[in-house]
Amino acid sequence: MAHRTTNPNATEVEDPLVIGPETFSSRLIMGTGGAPSLDVLERALVASGTEMTTVALRRLDPTTSGSVLDVITRAGARVLPNTAGCYTAAEAVLTAKLAREAFETDWVKLEVIGDDRTLLPDVVELVDAAEQLVDAGFIVLPYTTDDPVIARRLASIGCAAVMPLGSPIGSGAGIRNPYNLSIIREQVDVPVILDAGIGTASDAALAMELGCDAVLLATAVTRAHDPTLMARAMRAGVEAGRAARRAGRIPQKLYAQASSSFDGLAEWDAHTLEGPAFGDDAGGRS
Amino acid sequence: MTSDATPAPTTVTVLVNGEEQAFAAGATITDVVATIATGPKGIAVACNAEVVARSTWGATALRAGDRIEVLTAAQGG
Repeated sequence: MAHRTTNPNATEVEDPLVIGPETFSSRLIMGTGGAPSLDVLERALVASGTEMTTVALRRLDPTTSGSVLDVITRAGARVLPNTAGCYTAAEAVLTAKLAREAFETDWVKLEVIGDDRTLLPDVVELVDAAEQLVDAGFIVLPYTTDDPVIARRLASIGCAAVMPLGSPIGSGAGIRNPYNLSIIREQVDVPVILDAGIGTASDAALAMELGCDAVLLATAVTRAHDPTLMARAMRAGVEAGRAARRAGRIPQKLYAQASSSFDGLAEWDAHTLEGPAFGDDAGGRS
Repeated sequence: MTSDATPAPTTVTVLVNGEEQAFAAGATITDVVATIATGPKGIAVACNAEVVARSTWGATALRAGDRIEVLTAAQGG
């Protein structure tokens, strides 16, 4: 994958994201849902620096002008078809196979929804579908709950990554259970991609600080007041969070720890400090 | 399936993306796709909830009542 650094002198540390057989330099995966137009979407995709972006499979409408596939191609990203709208393993498997046919990719963002209002995954159907698709040679990226046991199960059956939610799709409610994400990161060997719930750049940074390997988001950018600017913010948030994770944060403490040493500290007599001239001096001694 | 005893019908009616559509007898999936798409790129077809591989579109003749879905990429996810 080409590195997107624009400054040739940048001493950036190589920190590739590896999912299945592919290597990515961007850790931000963008969805395409919710953009008011293909034009807005294209600018946001470019600004995000993403190298992979999701699409849904829907009935062809001959009256539609412009193709989301062309937009993605121009933005230099690869297509990650999803199975959005599927409620059973059978529907999801068929949709993934049709997507493979349409887009000539074995990759699939596997989504099996169990509830209309929360759009939470039906993990029983999800595991079933994941098993069938892994057996059929797909690179399966399952959208799942933040349950560490299910995440481990999905990884053990051969999913190329696990994609736990931060909060419900499109809610922008951020990461409701950071504790579980940390456990998932410890318990699976495949990449952990935070998928769903991101509302703003600090959510994306937090996901990365918790150890997630990447972030997948759409609504937070496409429905932002300024999608291009938010895409840039998300890109920076993911990069900052990743760098902070790799840098190793300091432990949190209850009490202060002075950052200036007390060694060599000047000593003053109490009466010296009480001299009348001291306070009348010229400024700049604060 | 048409039996030898009945005269061969001249048209075959199928459901394409939920809409009834009539085709000449002997028409194939290729003919269906041609009515709504400008080319095969980025398109997948299911017939009666089974994938019809692009390489077999031209060899897959329509049968009366077939439920055909012609799908492509949409914004999502």
